[in-house]
Amino acid sequence: MDFAIQTIISALSFGSFYALGALGIGLLFSVLRLINFAHGDFITLGGYALIVPSSAVVAAALIGGFHPVLVIVIIVAFVVILALLTYFLIFQYVQNSSPATMMIVSFALGYTLQNIVVMIYGGRPKAVNLFPELTGQVQLSDGVGVQILQLVIIAVTWILLIALVLFFRRTRAGVQMRAAAEDFRMARMLGVRGKRLIALAFILSGALAGIMSLLFVTQKGVLTFEMGVPIMLFFFIATVIGGMGSLVGAVVGGYAVGIASVVLSAVLPEDIRPFRDACVFLIVIIVLLWRPQGLVLKKASQERV
Amino acid sequence: MSDTVNSNRQTLEARQVSVRFEGLTAVDTVEETLHQGEILGLIGPNGAGKTTLVNAMTGFQAPSSGDVLLSGKVISKLTPHGIRRRGIARTFQAGRLFREMPVSENVEVAAVSLGYSRRKAHAHAMELLNWLGLDDRADVPAGILPYTDERRVGIARALAMRPQFVLLDEPAAGMSDLECDDIMQVVREIPERFGCGVLLIEHNMRVIMGVCARIHVLDSGKTIARGTPTEVQNDPVVINAYLGHS
Repeated sequence: MDFAIQTIISALSFGSFYALGALGIGLLFSVLRLINFAHGDFITLGGYALIVPSSAVVAAALIGGFHPVLVIVIIVAFVVILALLTYFLIFQYVQNSSPATMMIVSFALGYTLQNIVVMIYGGRPKAVNLFPELTGQVQLSDGVGVQILQLVIIAVTWILLIALVLFFRRTRAGVQMRAAAEDFRMARMLGVRGKRLIALAFILSGALAGIMSLLFVTQKGVLTFEMGVPIMLFFFIATVIGGMGSLVGAVVGGYAVGIASVVLSAVLPEDIRPFRDACVFLIVIIVLLWRPQGLVLKKASQERV
Repeated sequence: MSDTVNSNRQTLEARQVSVRFEGLTAVDTVEETLHQGEILGLIGPNGAGKTTLVNAMTGFQAPSSGDVLLSGKVISKLTPHGIRRRGIARTFQAGRLFREMPVSENVEVAAVSLGYSRRKAHAHAMELLNWLGLDDRADVPAGILPYTDERRVGIARALAMRPQFVLLDEPAAGMSDLECDDIMQVVREIPERFGCGVLLIEHNMRVIMGVCARIHVLDSGKTIARGTPTEVQNDPVVINAYLGHS
């Protein structure tokens, strides 16, 4: 029973993390048809911004040592500005190119960002002790111990999801963004300001990445310049199996991938457990064979094909 | 906005507009001036260049020669959304609605982009949908509407931006006689309700003759007749164009 509850919490927290990542990808894809492979590296840079820029082996906290509220605000602002800069300096010049071209540009950007990190901080992993109080356990009613951070990740994710739903439903920019996601050209013709809207999508995507930097670094306790790469792969897979272009799909896909990973870790025989990710990918392949368009179908295509 | 809010009657003018596609002249030195407050019909057999002319007047197609002018100012160098912002709206034969979004929000997008709050935009959208008899469909996804309703929503969306000119591309296509009566009533009311000039492309002669004060007839890209419905209907050149070239 204890094990079951711990597994459920762990699965939800993994799923939440992947859902946030998939949303960050999905936001840009929906308005720009950009699959931003640098998204994971945005998260990496947000993590490195916490420490003093130096190649010393032991990381000294810079922003990471400030008051927690300041840490959150500065890191989120930092990643938002980074994301906006990549739009204004790079992506706006390729936004009318094919999605493949944009994706390759994002790969190049990702490697560039990783190498900038290596240049400034060196290539070796760095231990960082962020929000140590969150890594402790909390006792649930029947004596089951759960990591506080896992509960925090779940809570933060749901707060952000609700905020995003309200944004899309209630605000002017939200309705414009939904329109642009369906038909960008038509939306512009109806007076939607394309550039402003794309910039806003970068801001939202960057803010999500910034929050994820904090969650991820707190969880891992270590920074490496490549740490964004494997998680980005999972975010991408999550958006694909959820249904490319659907934000609900991104969330569903994120949870599906996260929960599948954790459940497989729990139920796979000891010998196969090291190959968990391979098993996750196998499931992904099966899901896509069964449902190539993703798990979440769009309303209109559902009701009238 | 200063140039769009003008007490003088605005005009949308095609001056010697030609559109050529690799040897094919789709629109050939066409002249026409649409005035605010009037309904001008644009007719012609299939392939006459009607939609191409509308494309040229709304920035979707750069004229190969000639100019499009809004109250005397050349606008044919602008992008479609630039032209849109200057108060020229259009609809499409294929509705091009946001299929995933509810009908009301399809119209609201245009209104919020004008600067309306969500609440005001919604009220504005509902008013338009009411007028078009679509208020009971406001909450359904636009993608499930029948084509005839799609085109009505397209009209609402075009008018939600409070344009000075609206170009309607075959709004009555595929409509029953009863629906045609409704759409004729709608088109007739546009100038008075919204103060704009209407350019109406339509194949349905009953609709055209019923609502237009003036008609422009194209055939193979060229103007073959202009005049009142009666004049055009009795013009032998027009009759010949429609009944086949002998």
